[in-house]
Amino acid sequence: MIEGLNPALILIFGALLVPLFPHPWRTAYVVFLPLLSMLQLVLHPLGTFAEVPLYGMVLETFRVDNLSFIFGLIFHIAAVLGVIYAIHDDDPVHPTAGLMYAGAAVGAAFAGDLVTLFIYWELTAISSVFLIWARRTESAFKAGMRYLIIQIGSGVILLAGLVLHFSETGSITFGEMSLDTIGGKLIFLAFGIKCAFPFLHNWLQDTYPEATASGTVLLSAFTTKLAVYALARGYAGNDILIWIGAIMTAFPIFYAVIENDLRRVLAYSLNNQLGFMVVAIGIGSPLALNGAAAHAFCHILYKALLFMSMGAVLLRTGTCKGSELGGLYKSMPFTTVCCIIGAASISAFPLFSGFVSKSMIVSAVASEHLTLVWLMLIFASAGVFHHSGIKIPYFAFFAHDSGIRCEEAPISMRIAMGITAALCIGIGVFPGALYAILPYPVDYVPYTVAHVITQLQLLMYSALAFTVMMLWKIYPPELRSTVLDTDWLYRRALARTVPRALDAVFERIHSLQAVALYNTIITVKRAGNAFARSALARDNTSTSMVTWVLLALAVSIAWGLRG
Amino acid sequence: MTQQQDKYTWFDKPANVKKIIVALCVVCALLFIADFFYHKHAHFGIEKVFGFYAIYGFVMCVLLVLAAKVMRVLLMRDEDYYD
Repeated sequence: MIEGLNPALILIFGALLVPLFPHPWRTAYVVFLPLLSMLQLVLHPLGTFAEVPLYGMVLETFRVDNLSFIFGLIFHIAAVLGVIYAIHDDDPVHPTAGLMYAGAAVGAAFAGDLVTLFIYWELTAISSVFLIWARRTESAFKAGMRYLIIQIGSGVILLAGLVLHFSETGSITFGEMSLDTIGGKLIFLAFGIKCAFPFLHNWLQDTYPEATASGTVLLSAFTTKLAVYALARGYAGNDILIWIGAIMTAFPIFYAVIENDLRRVLAYSLNNQLGFMVVAIGIGSPLALNGAAAHAFCHILYKALLFMSMGAVLLRTGTCKGSELGGLYKSMPFTTVCCIIGAASISAFPLFSGFVSKSMIVSAVASEHLTLVWLMLIFASAGVFHHSGIKIPYFAFFAHDSGIRCEEAPISMRIAMGITAALCIGIGVFPGALYAILPYPVDYVPYTVAHVITQLQLLMYSALAFTVMMLWKIYPPELRSTVLDTDWLYRRALARTVPRALDAVFERIHSLQAVALYNTIITVKRAGNAFARSALARDNTSTSMVTWVLLALAVSIAWGLRG
Repeated sequence: MTQQQDKYTWFDKPANVKKIIVALCVVCALLFIADFFYHKHAHFGIEKVFGFYAIYGFVMCVLLVLAAKVMRVLLMRDEDYYD
């Protein structure tokens, strides 16, 4: 252990060396690197380290406390599992981008100030897009562009927010922030985009299923949980989060029922699980925040496991569409068992990881006597079993036999799935180890008679409903289709209207490209000036400059997202 | 495509699938009756309703699927809609 050395730097700079290693050595190196970095974190004392003075501000680049530690730790575990899963690909893009992405997420979690947070925030976007592009299809390339525009957009809004926040409060500390100021609102919006708040959510379902098998596993772990951490750090106890979160738990499950691409179904259920964490952050009590951190920890593992099992199916059969699959348990029994363990965990079956974390959140909601929110969460709990717990394993591995006969998943994927499945069960059976690293002291018993029986009632009657509707042929069959979500707004509506409107405006101008280039340069210059002025001289004109930058950004996003 | 993988399995028999369904019904019935035998630490009045979690889980899942079927009519397009 080297005191003050941020594990994020080990991951990021270590990732740059990955392509230099020849094949068999590369495998050893990419597994060793996050393990080394994790060792550095686990042995490191709590406190704030590596402070960097910058223009009269102090950047706290490495702040380890009880809240950031658990997120830093699970990001490392996810990185190790993700790179093991990706060994089979023999594509240096996955470990390079994946480890850099993990490092950026770790760095953001340990950022003690907003400037450091912003730098790592943007690095998560830039490094992770390569996991989508690694699919090397045209549709993945376009999805990657949409992803990049929205993720970088979130970063630019964060930058604008931090500049205003600084001029409003004189502080760049990444701590509790107010929703009453414009700066505070913009930072909240930036976090909300990455956290896939309702109506800001669709980048997730649009792009994660476009990545490679290994890419989606890595993507599912970091970005959204980093946003959960950022909300817990900055906006815990804000009531609005309770309602945002409650809506997030409920609406994605309707989509999950009718979506055909099983990795997209998982992306919707990812969104639904984030809702539980956001509700908990909105409540803000120690029990609730413990629940949010614990649920993020468990969620990263079981969601990775589910994406791993579907990734293995994609690798072996070439598709993840429910309409094309079925009967794969004969060919892929190990993957089937792992998928069922992931499904039991996300559904919060007793003795699986989701049970010991989600019950904390539901108990926290109950102790606040929020009846409607509680009813929504119970509904979402039954619903998540319905689509993630039953639909995913059922349509992929059972249902009608599709006739597909393929190989079992490769050994590296089986190792990653096996370890992840063991962790899901281990946490469910021995929750004490997880509870010991939560941000606040834990005084909570998950396994009471009432908890176990009520949860089993909810889940088994959800299963009964599924069975009855399958037998009576009420359940909607899996169909090859596209289901419209909010991405329709920019992929179809704006794409068809904005360019025409702009073309009409510019039709007399000789070269549209020249104008666009000129505008981009001006925008970048203004943005730079605005930040420099406000950070260095606390100039009040920064407010109006930021407004212009945001406006320019909005136009360029609308332009970039079309098609 | 080996013969090994095409072997006849336990799940292929309709009688066995029926056994699973019967087992599920038995478990559900037992869980419903279980409400007699423990004390619910209820935070909400509605929680005290006998078998609340069972009824709510079943009804809401049926409503979920019915609502999703309506959404399918409104929001479903061809697979290559955006291409």
